[in-house]
Amino acid sequence: MRAKSAFLTVAHRLAILAYVAFALFPLFWLLKVAVTPNDLLYSEGIRLWPSRASLEHFDFVLRHSAFPVFFRNSLIVSGSTAVVVTILASLSGYALSRFRFRGKYWLVTLMLLTQMFPLVMLVAPIFKILSPLGLTNSLTGLVIVYTAFNVPFATFLMQSFFDGIPKDLEEAAMIDGATQFVAFRQIILPLTLPGIAATLGFVFTAAWSELLFSLMLISGNEQATFPVGLLSFVSKFSVDFGQMMAAGVLALIPACLFFLLIQRYLVQGLTAGAVKG
Amino acid sequence: MASIDIANIQKSYGIHPVLHDVDLKIRDGEFVVLVGPSGCGKSTLLRMIAGLESVTAGEIRIAGKRVNELAPKDRDIAMVFQSYALYPHMSVEKNMSYSLRLRKTPRERIATVVTGAAAKLGLEPLLERRPRALSGGQRQRVAMGRAIVRQPKAFLFDEPLSNLDARLREQMRAEIKKLHKDLGATSIYVTHDQIEAMTLADRIVAMNAGVVQQVGSPLDLYDRPANLFVAGFIGSPGMNFFDGTYHAGDRPLFEIAGEISIPLDAPAPLANNAKATLGIRPEHIVLAGHEPETLLATVDLVEPTGFGIILHLSLGRTAFKAFTNDRSFLTASGTIPVHFPAHRLHFFDGEGNRV
Repeated sequence: MRAKSAFLTVAHRLAILAYVAFALFPLFWLLKVAVTPNDLLYSEGIRLWPSRASLEHFDFVLRHSAFPVFFRNSLIVSGSTAVVVTILASLSGYALSRFRFRGKYWLVTLMLLTQMFPLVMLVAPIFKILSPLGLTNSLTGLVIVYTAFNVPFATFLMQSFFDGIPKDLEEAAMIDGATQFVAFRQIILPLTLPGIAATLGFVFTAAWSELLFSLMLISGNEQATFPVGLLSFVSKFSVDFGQMMAAGVLALIPACLFFLLIQRYLVQGLTAGAVKG
Repeated sequence: MASIDIANIQKSYGIHPVLHDVDLKIRDGEFVVLVGPSGCGKSTLLRMIAGLESVTAGEIRIAGKRVNELAPKDRDIAMVFQSYALYPHMSVEKNMSYSLRLRKTPRERIATVVTGAAAKLGLEPLLERRPRALSGGQRQRVAMGRAIVRQPKAFLFDEPLSNLDARLREQMRAEIKKLHKDLGATSIYVTHDQIEAMTLADRIVAMNAGVVQQVGSPLDLYDRPANLFVAGFIGSPGMNFFDGTYHAGDRPLFEIAGEISIPLDAPAPLANNAKATLGIRPEHIVLAGHEPETLLATVDLVEPTGFGIILHLSLGRTAFKAFTNDRSFLTASGTIPVHFPAHRLHFFDGEGNRV
């Protein structure tokens, strides 16, 4: 019995290990290529680590390419989108979770409907709409489009978090003397922090890695976000793999930082103890 | 403290009525228990008093003032929820003082009141803890503490003990009663547990299907239930009912199905040959012969409870229960004599109302 359970544990860990290795290998390869000097890139064959590592690609990307601009643009777009979407989704998610109102069913249906179209279908009409408004080739335009596309899903996400918070809590707060809004702000919102963090993270990464709209709506390097910027390392005659990978590694940093920052809320089950459980 | 007047209250969800014309006057300082099976509308009524549900028709007055349109926060009532509804991100002390902080009470006053309430409920060592670090009984106490710090006009309890185990429930029941004695606050208490209703209430309001069935003191409801519902709901084990026909005469009889007749000691307040339901509580059945005619019941099952014995008996095809403290019945089998004393009998007409 013991031997069997020990065996199962080992098998389980090995399976996880294999999965993790598989999932993380591309990241490792990204890093490996990023630190491989150009002269070794094609000459050494396939090996796990170059015989000589250097940071020259990072140096080039940071000092001589337009990457810092892309990076800044991406940060602005993703950050604004994440904040705007999370605020909107919190409010609408709360409304969907707590209120009964006319047309709620149709509203939800419409929101679901927006999620059903392949984005490619929508590129042309959206370009057509944004162009006369002067919102093409602008970061604001991108934030608006990303917000529109992320709000429905984020709303459902937030709604499920609000659904998980017992209604009794805000009723208790209202009897204690709070208005519905004060109850929302002082009781419900603090308990939804994990949900807000998850939504922020989800939307941020979605916007961070979005390529299609960025590619279609932005022309030129000035307003390009980093996924589009990466393409600038592909030139007519060659691909600067080293620089591209270095840029990729740098682009991972904010996403990692972001998750480090919010992971405390993601893992914390704050509602424990609210009601009998 | 205040009186609460409920006048012709109705509640519907869409076209579904859930409360029909509830009329109730609760005196200042009274402990009223709303009791009934789940779905009878008792919680809805309580939530309407709290302001958590809108009033479809009728009027609610607290201390003489109409509150139909007032927000819960302006009604000056406190409520204890079945789930306790403690704020998980606040310490016990912050939970208890939340209402006072919302009202911008001076800090010193908050400290005094919270300390006082904590002392009363034995919560002093727990003030810094979060709710999740408390046991069920402690959470229950914090919920009560949160209610009493404010000295509101009335306390509302929504099945506050349902989530506790039996032993703790008994203990908290006594504490609630003691607390009410100390504070003398007007209290409305919702429960489906008739024992809680009997032990706590000054007056019980028995409800079924959105209609008030009877309002009265606990013993009123026990001794003189207004209808079959109340008779069956109050008391444990429940009252026995026999459907049958009354035969008046020199020796009045109550004939039940299976052509068995229960001899009655005294005439019943029924017309001859009237169809009716006879009720008698298990603890009121005398397990002995009675002249001139002895009724014999078959023993189907014997259930010892320690305190006494519940006997499952039958007369013909009609099953009923008797309760006795006499341990000699532990080994009862076959048939035993039973007697239904006249002054213990309840009669209900075809509509189920007491006659």
